[in-house]
Amino acid sequence: MSFGVQPTLSHYLVLGAILFAISVIGIFLNRRNVIIMLMALELMLLAVNLNFIAFSRYLDDTAGQIFVFFILTVAAAESAIGLAILVLLFRNIGSIDVEDLGTLKG
Amino acid sequence: MNILPFIFYAFAAILIFAALRVITSRNPVHSALWLVLSFFSAAGVWMLLQAEFLAIVLVLVYVGAVTVLFLFVVMMLDVNFDKLRERFRSYIPVGASVGILILVEMALVLIGGYVAPGAAPVPAASNFSNTRALGLQVYTDYAYPFEIAAVVLLVAIIAAIALTHRTRRETKYQDPGTQVKVRRNDRLRVLKMAPERRDEPTATEEKKT
Repeated sequence: MSFGVQPTLSHYLVLGAILFAISVIGIFLNRRNVIIMLMALELMLLAVNLNFIAFSRYLDDTAGQIFVFFILTVAAAESAIGLAILVLLFRNIGSIDVEDLGTLKG
Repeated sequence: MNILPFIFYAFAAILIFAALRVITSRNPVHSALWLVLSFFSAAGVWMLLQAEFLAIVLVLVYVGAVTVLFLFVVMMLDVNFDKLRERFRSYIPVGASVGILILVEMALVLIGGYVAPGAAPVPAASNFSNTRALGLQVYTDYAYPFEIAAVVLLVAIIAAIALTHRTRRETKYQDPGTQVKVRRNDRLRVLKMAPERRDEPTATEEKKT
C-alpha cells in the first residue's frame, strides 16, 4: 500500500518554489505593512533553506546543511535588527506604513 | 506499506496553506501564529530529508525566538492595521502575476528535466548522527565562518539594543566618574560659629515666637 509517488528531489524543489512565490506575492500584497513584509521575508528564506537541504540530501553532501546553519544565523540577526528598526520607526513617526516613509524624499 | 509520501504531502499542504494565511490574514497576530505553523511543518519536511539537527534548530530558534519576537512587536505597537489594508485588493493583480511568473519559470527549470540526482538516496545507517556529522564539519573545516557567525550575532545584539535604547530623563542613575572625581570641599563645609547656650533662649528665637 502506498500513498502516491515517492517524493523525489523535484518534489522538494517545487515545494520550495511554491513557498518562494507565495512570499513574493505576500510582499506585493502587503506593500504598506512592514511587519507582514518581514514575515514574508522569513518565509522566503525558509524556501531557500528547503532547497539547500534537499540538494544536500540528494547529493549526499553536508555542506548544504552547514550553509543553512549560517543562513539561519544571519536571518535571526536580520529579523532582530529589522524589528528594532520597526519599533524605532513607530516611535518616531507613529506609523509603520511604508508610504509614510518619505522623509528622505527631496 | 510506505507512509513517507503521505507524510510529505501532508506537511507540504499544511506548509503552503499556512504560508498563504500568513500573507492574507487580516490580523498580524494571526499572521504570526500561522508563521509558527508554517515553521513547524517546514521542520517536519526537513526531518523527512534527514536534517534532524536543523529541523530542531528551526523549531527552537524560529518558533521559540523569532516568531515570539514578531508577536511581541505586533502586540506592542498600537497601529490601526485596517488602515494599512485599505488598498490590499488593488495590489492583487500585480502581485499574483509576478508570483505566477516566478512559479512558471521555476517549474520550467525544475520539471523540464533538471532532475539529475533523481535516484533515491540511500537511507542513513541507524547509528548515523546528523548532529555529529555537522559538528565535525563546523568545528574543523568551517571554524572561521563559525566564528564570523558568532560575531554577526554579537553585532546584531549590540545594534538592536543601541537602536531601541533610550535614556529617560526622569530616571536617577549614578555616574561613577563624578563620584570618583568629587573632592572633600564639594561635600563638606566647615563653618566657624560662636558656641550657643541651650537653657537661655537667644534673642532671635524669642522674636519668632
